[in-house]
Amino acid sequence: MTELRSRGLTRRALLAHAVVAGAAFSIGSGFVAARDAAWALEVTNLKPETMATLIQMARDVYPHDKVADNFYAIAVKGYDTAEDAAAIEAGVAALDAAAQGAGYANYLAVGWESDRVAILKGMENSPFFQTIRGGLVTGLYNQKEVWPIFGYQGESYSQGGYIHRGFDDISWL
Amino acid sequence: MVAKFDLNDDSVVVIVGSGAGGGVLANELAQKGVKVVSIEAGGRYLPEDYINDEWASFQQLAWTDMRTTSGDWRVARDFANLPTWIVKAVGGTSIHWAGASLRFQDHEWKAKTTYGPISDANLLDWPIDTAEMDPWYTKAEHKLGVTRTEDRAGLPPSNNYKVFEAGAKAIGYKDVHTGRMAINSAEFDGRSACQQTGFCFQGCKWGAKWSTAYTDIPRGEATNNLEVRDRCFAVKIEHDDKGKVTGVVYIDADGKQQLQKARVVSVACNAIESPRLLLNSASSMFPDGLANSSGQVGRNYMRHTTGSVYAVFDKPVSMWRGTVMAGYIGDERHHDPNRGFVGGFEFETLSLGLPFTAAFLDPGAWGREFTSALDSYQNMAGLWIVGEDMPRETNRVTLNTDVKDTNGLPVPNVHFDDHPNDNAMRDYAYKKGEEMYRAVGATRVFPTPPYPSTHNLGTNRMSEKPQDGVVNKWGQSHDVANLFVSDGSQFTTGGAENPTLTIVALAIRQADHIAGELSKGNL
Repeated sequence: MTELRSRGLTRRALLAHAVVAGAAFSIGSGFVAARDAAWALEVTNLKPETMATLIQMARDVYPHDKVADNFYAIAVKGYDTAEDAAAIEAGVAALDAAAQGAGYANYLAVGWESDRVAILKGMENSPFFQTIRGGLVTGLYNQKEVWPIFGYQGESYSQGGYIHRGFDDISWL
Repeated sequence: MVAKFDLNDDSVVVIVGSGAGGGVLANELAQKGVKVVSIEAGGRYLPEDYINDEWASFQQLAWTDMRTTSGDWRVARDFANLPTWIVKAVGGTSIHWAGASLRFQDHEWKAKTTYGPISDANLLDWPIDTAEMDPWYTKAEHKLGVTRTEDRAGLPPSNNYKVFEAGAKAIGYKDVHTGRMAINSAEFDGRSACQQTGFCFQGCKWGAKWSTAYTDIPRGEATNNLEVRDRCFAVKIEHDDKGKVTGVVYIDADGKQQLQKARVVSVACNAIESPRLLLNSASSMFPDGLANSSGQVGRNYMRHTTGSVYAVFDKPVSMWRGTVMAGYIGDERHHDPNRGFVGGFEFETLSLGLPFTAAFLDPGAWGREFTSALDSYQNMAGLWIVGEDMPRETNRVTLNTDVKDTNGLPVPNVHFDDHPNDNAMRDYAYKKGEEMYRAVGATRVFPTPPYPSTHNLGTNRMSEKPQDGVVNKWGQSHDVANLFVSDGSQFTTGGAENPTLTIVALAIRQADHIAGELSKGNL
């Protein structure tokens, strides 16, 4: 992601600036990044830990092992607004509280997906959960860059349709 | 130069809505020399404007005005403010429809007689039948260029169809083919042949699928007898002290209220807005709404018994390539109560792109059970169930006075409870659909719930007797002689067939009747 360069952070600088390292993410002042520094996301309204938790939550709600974290980050980065910040911080605080109730330091510290899913199940009827889940339906699956991972080719009009591009090419029946 | 009629010209026929019903009626009347003003809530979009991207197209075309829902149907839970998936544009839902063009079966005109008493259903025979409708269906099939009618070939089999056909034949179905489709298998009527582009629901960019948007509407305009006013929202039908309608009040594109005077008014704005407009036109003379002495306006809402079956295989299908509705099975469309329900249904192939599969495969679902299905998207095949549902007086469109639209009018509430017959049919169809796909090696099958309704029917139904329905066999109000209904809301019962062909046949027939009555001075 371009945010990395715009801040003038090199990979080495990024890793040096990371003050909290969760299992999946590097979390520094004003940013969340991949542990391998493949991408970084600036946050201005949310706490970086909150954004990291949201990204993890997004993956736990719609887990696709072939879809990299940056697509989940793109799907939730829109919540980093002055308007949404209070509700999102409160929602993530509730998520962390639930994790603490289950004996973990916070949500990001829960190692197994099934344990995180159990925590999410406990709050799946909350407006916070439903907002995040509903937003992901378009936020994640409507990213054109995600489609090829699922084999979906999208529009074909610009190439004359699928009439000569495999609409009837099934061979295994 | 397209016609422009004066607001005070009370010689015109005003038609509200420009889809399969209103758009055809407008053109057919215009061809006969009748002056028509078409009031259309949506804007004008032509094939070059359509967007082959599911969500972007939905933003462009879908009717997303505020609506509310109630009842036990799952749509009320998953899509509480989106009971329908229809279009707000010149051309209406004829832009979105998949193109399946089937005639009603003989028994479906006589549902009450054929099925006998069904508790909690408000069945009624139509006042018309196969013999009456046959010639009009022939005209409709010709207009739409329906494949497998006259000398037109069927569409070629796609991947999704081939899986569907192999499964169907494996479990003994015989009436299986690529459908009777209003999608050109060869160039017809100045429109291109299908290029298997997909995105039929988003408007056909080739114009290979029939829609009033680029056929009847421009042809009607070319006669100089039709003026289409787009982005104009009808809010009330006015009448005089003799109880005849005199004009339509609408909010124009600039937000100004206008009154177009009329000799005849036709309501054709889909089975949610049509009863809403009649109910919102209540007056001291018609306190329960216009044309509503029977109390049936808004009642008997039907949406077809639908559902989808998606199946995952161990190898690719690529169902998104090609026409969306690419196949048909007719073996279950007859009436045979031994199956545990009355009426019948068809199977038709269906495919959604990845974004809409994520939204509609199992709305609200999350976690690996759901996402592992999407991981197999490329290996997925799909079909749609479309069957006859039971009209019920309690399934109805009412005015929700607690919620107002941008014009300050009460929004429609759509209440729907599935009838036990609907559930029995759907469960049977899910089982047969699963059998089909298992028979050709499906490793996983998804009985997918109904989408927001595209087939909206019955809310101004046709009846022989005035106390049983809203309009007579011509779609003419029992109460108000110069008021007509021209869309799917006039359906007495739904049949098992996709409704557009019947809507078009009825509109051609109605135009003939209205023009005749006008020339005789009876209207």
